[in-house]
Amino acid sequence: MTLVCSSVDEAVAGIADGSTVLIGGFGTAGQPVELIDALRRLGPKDLTVVSNNAGNGSHGLAALLAAGQVRKIVCSFPRQKDSYVFDELYRSGRIELEVVPQGNLAERLRAAGAGIGAFYCPTGVGTPLAEGKEARTIDGRDYVLEFPIHGDAALIKAHQADTLGNLVYRKTARNFGPVMATAAKLTVAQVSVVSEPGSLDPEAVVTPGIFTNRVVACPSPAVLAAEGAAG
Amino acid sequence: MARLDRAGIARLVAADIPPGSYVNLGIGQPTLVADYLAADSGVILQTENGMLGMGGAAHGDDVDPDLINAGKVPVTETLGASYFHHADSFAMMRGGHLDVCVLGAFQVSFHGDLANWHTGEPDAIPAVGGAMDLAIGAKSVFVMMTLFTDAGVPKLVPSCTYPLTGLRCVSRVYTDYGVFLVGESGVTIRETFGIEEQDLRGKLGL
Repeated sequence: MTLVCSSVDEAVAGIADGSTVLIGGFGTAGQPVELIDALRRLGPKDLTVVSNNAGNGSHGLAALLAAGQVRKIVCSFPRQKDSYVFDELYRSGRIELEVVPQGNLAERLRAAGAGIGAFYCPTGVGTPLAEGKEARTIDGRDYVLEFPIHGDAALIKAHQADTLGNLVYRKTARNFGPVMATAAKLTVAQVSVVSEPGSLDPEAVVTPGIFTNRVVACPSPAVLAAEGAAG
Repeated sequence: MARLDRAGIARLVAADIPPGSYVNLGIGQPTLVADYLAADSGVILQTENGMLGMGGAAHGDDVDPDLINAGKVPVTETLGASYFHHADSFAMMRGGHLDVCVLGAFQVSFHGDLANWHTGEPDAIPAVGGAMDLAIGAKSVFVMMTLFTDAGVPKLVPSCTYPLTGLRCVSRVYTDYGVFLVGESGVTIRETFGIEEQDLRGKLGL
């Protein structure tokens, strides 16, 4: 059952200290800025954040990091032209970083959502990111064992929802949203519009409502300027 | 023929991409390749943040914050484009569906090992993005880079000293001084630019 929330603060209620929070977005595209701001206001501490990047500029995810609420970040590409908030925290030893290849990040989330215990993956074989991991050769190819990433909560941004929690996305803002939606105990989606059942083409629904616990309408979401700076 | 500039390298890579290929162009220099693909090449560009059929850079009113490439630059869509989530995007690589990826590099070894994600310096912040997935996923991995560092040190080396991105994954190396093919038995020189093959071998210790 999906709850349609009347505010972003209601939508993030209950996310506790020490939670692992999956945050959608690739750079600023698909970053759920209003939900992140609400999480910052709620104030849980000691969070582990899983997101592709480590924040841009001083808003959204970067502001959450600056507020000192994040103990550890798991991401593929922390370093960007405008990741100065993260860079400073990292260099002064105030945040822990786990770098994960982007495809492994996606697949580990997918595995969590699909009930997979672990999987053998060829990415990273022979590199520092495979050190200490269980390895296996299957049909002559080398793989390393990768484990799922489960979230206590996922904060994602989609384009439109119906009141049953079905979601459609917009262009490359889709990115991690659909996999993160499956991988958390509590999935919260901010969307531009929440409409009545029947308003979305069932063939076009990307995230079926079973994965969505809460939706909230943010009709005019903040658009953060992307500075353009790598993966 | 004189030593190639960046545009010259990009033009050469573009000419070597088979018509109709699905291609991912890495961030930085490789994105230049798009400018030299023939209009009728049928090449379809993938960007790992979830799009096939990526068009050129967007300007003015065409800029849409929801439509960016892997370098986070606003882009356009071509007719017949499609969008997908990240797990599907990387399944296209790992699953062997992507024909070619073009990547930059710090170093490539004579056996095709690639180092392009981390300098290994103590104060560097590691960031890998999709490089490791692309390196082992695409059917052909083309590297484009300058052959020497600013200090004149070769970047095509017997064995990489920088942290690796992938093992034995590079198929070809396009550089300002020559094109190199990597096979089971190691690296061979296809052509040279502005230098005699023998001199190039000497500089690289090939």
